[in-house]
Amino acid sequence: MFKRLKIYGPAIALVIALGAMIRATAFPTVEARIAEDAPREIVIPNQSVIDQVNDWYRKSWESQGFTRAKFANDLTVLRRLSLALHGTIPSLEEIRRFEADPRPQRLALWCREMLDDSRYGDYFAERLTRAFVGTQQQPFLVFRRDRFKNWIAEQVQDNRPYDEMIREIIAKEGLWTGDPATNFVTHAVNDGDIDENKLAGKTVRAVLGQRIDCAQCHDHPFADWKQQQFEQLAAFYGQTRISPFGIADDPKVVYEIEDTQTLENREVSPAVPFNAEWKPDGGTRREQLAAWCTSPENRRFARAAVNRIWAQMFGKAWSEGAPYYARIDDLPDPEKDAETDPIPLDMLADAFVESGFDVAEMIQTIAALDVFRLSSATDVPDDELKEHVDHWAVFPLVRLRPEQIVGSMMQATSIKTLDQNSHLLTRTLRLINENDFLKEYGDLGADEFEERSGTVPQALLRMNGRLFGDSIKPNPLNATPRIAIAASSPDVLLETCFLTCLSRRPTGEEAHYFLNEWMENNSRKPGERAYDLYWILINSPEFSWNH
Amino acid sequence: MNLFSVSNDLSNGGLRRRELLSLSAGLGLSFVLPGMSGRAAEKRGHERATSLITLWMHGGPSQLETWDPHPGTVVGGPTQAIDTTIPGTQIAAHLPAMAEQLQHLSVIRSLVSKEGDHERGTYFVKTGYRPDPTVLHPAIGALIPYELKNSSLEIPAYVSLGEGQWPGRGGYLGDEYDAFRIFEPGQGLHNMRARVGDRRQDNRIEGLSMLSNSFRKGRGQLADRTMHQRTVEQALTMMNSDQLKAFEIEEEPEPTRKRYGDTRFGRGCLVARRLIETGVRSVEVSLSGFDSHANNFEAHQNRAAELDPAFAALIDDLRQRDLYDSTIVLCIGEFGRTPRINPLDGRDHWPNGFSAVVGGGGLRSGVVIGETDPSGENKDPADPVKVQDLYATILSQLSIDPDKELMTPIGRPLYLCEGTPLPQLLRS
Repeated sequence: MFKRLKIYGPAIALVIALGAMIRATAFPTVEARIAEDAPREIVIPNQSVIDQVNDWYRKSWESQGFTRAKFANDLTVLRRLSLALHGTIPSLEEIRRFEADPRPQRLALWCREMLDDSRYGDYFAERLTRAFVGTQQQPFLVFRRDRFKNWIAEQVQDNRPYDEMIREIIAKEGLWTGDPATNFVTHAVNDGDIDENKLAGKTVRAVLGQRIDCAQCHDHPFADWKQQQFEQLAAFYGQTRISPFGIADDPKVVYEIEDTQTLENREVSPAVPFNAEWKPDGGTRREQLAAWCTSPENRRFARAAVNRIWAQMFGKAWSEGAPYYARIDDLPDPEKDAETDPIPLDMLADAFVESGFDVAEMIQTIAALDVFRLSSATDVPDDELKEHVDHWAVFPLVRLRPEQIVGSMMQATSIKTLDQNSHLLTRTLRLINENDFLKEYGDLGADEFEERSGTVPQALLRMNGRLFGDSIKPNPLNATPRIAIAASSPDVLLETCFLTCLSRRPTGEEAHYFLNEWMENNSRKPGERAYDLYWILINSPEFSWNH
Repeated sequence: MNLFSVSNDLSNGGLRRRELLSLSAGLGLSFVLPGMSGRAAEKRGHERATSLITLWMHGGPSQLETWDPHPGTVVGGPTQAIDTTIPGTQIAAHLPAMAEQLQHLSVIRSLVSKEGDHERGTYFVKTGYRPDPTVLHPAIGALIPYELKNSSLEIPAYVSLGEGQWPGRGGYLGDEYDAFRIFEPGQGLHNMRARVGDRRQDNRIEGLSMLSNSFRKGRGQLADRTMHQRTVEQALTMMNSDQLKAFEIEEEPEPTRKRYGDTRFGRGCLVARRLIETGVRSVEVSLSGFDSHANNFEAHQNRAAELDPAFAALIDDLRQRDLYDSTIVLCIGEFGRTPRINPLDGRDHWPNGFSAVVGGGGLRSGVVIGETDPSGENKDPADPVKVQDLYATILSQLSIDPDKELMTPIGRPLYLCEGTPLPQLLRS
């Protein structure tokens, strides 16, 4: 094998180098794009809904006696945007460019430009993929998670209307390789058969943000869903069949299930639990279900989508705060007076429907809200803090997801932006490092927006792990010695390290502390200082939390 | 207050830091408080059970090639059986050392599950609950440290040793109850050593403490809820703890190591004993390679060569050290394998009538529960046992009430375990 590698090695290297060159020409850097677009003005979409939501919160805080936190500075908001849309902290290169950007409304502009970057499609796709198929890689052969994810990434990057994308996920026919959306169905293949119940439960949770799964076995005592309704929903997947030619619907199939009481088979016909008028008469059963779920009239659909986009932005779903205190997939039924006296979720949901289910526009709308720009620090007394956060009067602290941590670590140890334009070798190394790290750091699985604290193995991995330790050691390939060499003074060194790792400058107290410490231990070389400081910064809570 | 202020005299750095850490961490953290001794080794004799060792047979071991052989029948295949120290009870012939030890354990031959997929089956058998997309249940191994806190423990209370693909999780109890994973037991620990010398490490920790306080400003209680500082302190306590020695086996005499076998599983079992001795509540040791859809008999013979010496040495060692009455040992996998032998000389997944072996912790020994049909015609075992009932038995024996309810994050109260203790295994 090695012999072969010897022969093909130079050829492969040449192909890679050529590929990188072609790519660099074909895809201009963000910098280049900005230069071209520099003079433009931005009109923030949905300004009226932004005002409406801002007003609602202002009145709500006033009436309940909450004190709004001050607005966070632009770099903190940039960090939030970068983590939400690209899954990493901004690079030093980006921070410098952002700070030098004279355009008014630069945050809104940067938000829009981040949506053009392929890191957005990739990162958003991973989140959506989890909602629909979890993190599993099985069943082998018929389920191709990577194809499903890449397909979603393309749809997201092209800003395809959300309802269209969801309809394709639910109803697509074809082969899991050529028609990647069908992998939603194949992920529920068990021992060669399609598990209709799994698909029905997942559809309701991921698409409508509600839970019906409990009704699979019994009428749920606390919820409105009945077992019969669950069976009827599952029946929409009852004619779906898998064969070597792919996923297809056979209208001749009679969907039967075993009655848990009589143990005899009985036929179940598909039916929706409410508003049957949204369901078209034509098309396959899955197409009917897809159209019913995504109907512009179906408030549950738009609310669930907006709640999910909110969660992506804040790291915490809107529903997790007041007044619902509910998980992302456990939204209550829409308010009766949603049209006359809407709450922010309904305001945004209405705007989402009106925009034609435009995800990029909703992201920009949420990013422009006051609540997205508030600081996570405040003067309110400790015992009132949680309530303030629940009402979004203070920005929440949310633990970064493992891939955000590793992405941020890799980004912090590189001065330049790591993206599709990075050298292939750099990206490959990043991927390998990430996978090793993720395995040890622990993945959160599909339950991604649960409130969680850190763990001891994670702390050990950050403090003593190889990936990070090797990346910050003062050797010529790493950022730390380069920052140290470039820094004209200890102050500059300190500031650069803070910007690279925490996307902010040190406070006076912090600067005083570190500069003093460096003076006391003056035998340490600048490279070693940067090494130690990096260790401290990356192990700090500020690094591991969205704030 | 700066928790990590270090005096200028660092001539005795390691110890000083350790002392400081214990002291400072003790101010706010109960896990290093000098409470009651948790060392199992200091609690010898007939005390209540305090720990669980689970030997996890990953892949689904064949009951017919382990604890429930049917030699001379169509379903039995070529596997031979041998007498054991439980009169009238035979096990597979390639487990001779366990045949000797079996009188100290009980055998269940009629476990039933509805999960025939590896991941779902593992979830079910580790938690006692079928997978539910709305809530993540804690593994039984995580419930034990949750319910039986050991305040003098400086290392994780739930440890998974070996290559198991789905180690037990804390589920709704929180990630802090996830099993702490060691992939290569007895061969050094990862990420446990600081990457710089003591003095620099002290400086780093001091700087970190400064930054943590800085982040706390204006965030107070919210920053505390992140547990960030606490996990860092726990990690530091662990890095500096003498209890880390429990993960090492160099100190064990050569004959002891040999008895367990120089295999990953053997070393895992030895480390498990050392961890239990140190006060760890729950240890899972995994042995892979049971998914024998082809060449079932060869696979099981190879696995037995690792399982038999290690398991037998563990029972014997725990007994010698007077730890057996306080430690429950359970050997189980996610399901069993089909009585039918497929054309590839393999057996497929079989969640209906599979076996487990359990003992120690004051449980009754020498009991055999359930029976499978030697002809393979009757699929249902006699006297079927639910996994939940087995876990209710184990929890009860650990003085944990299986009927206790915990409120889950989705606002639904759940029992620790939905089973009823098996009277056959409890001493009256």
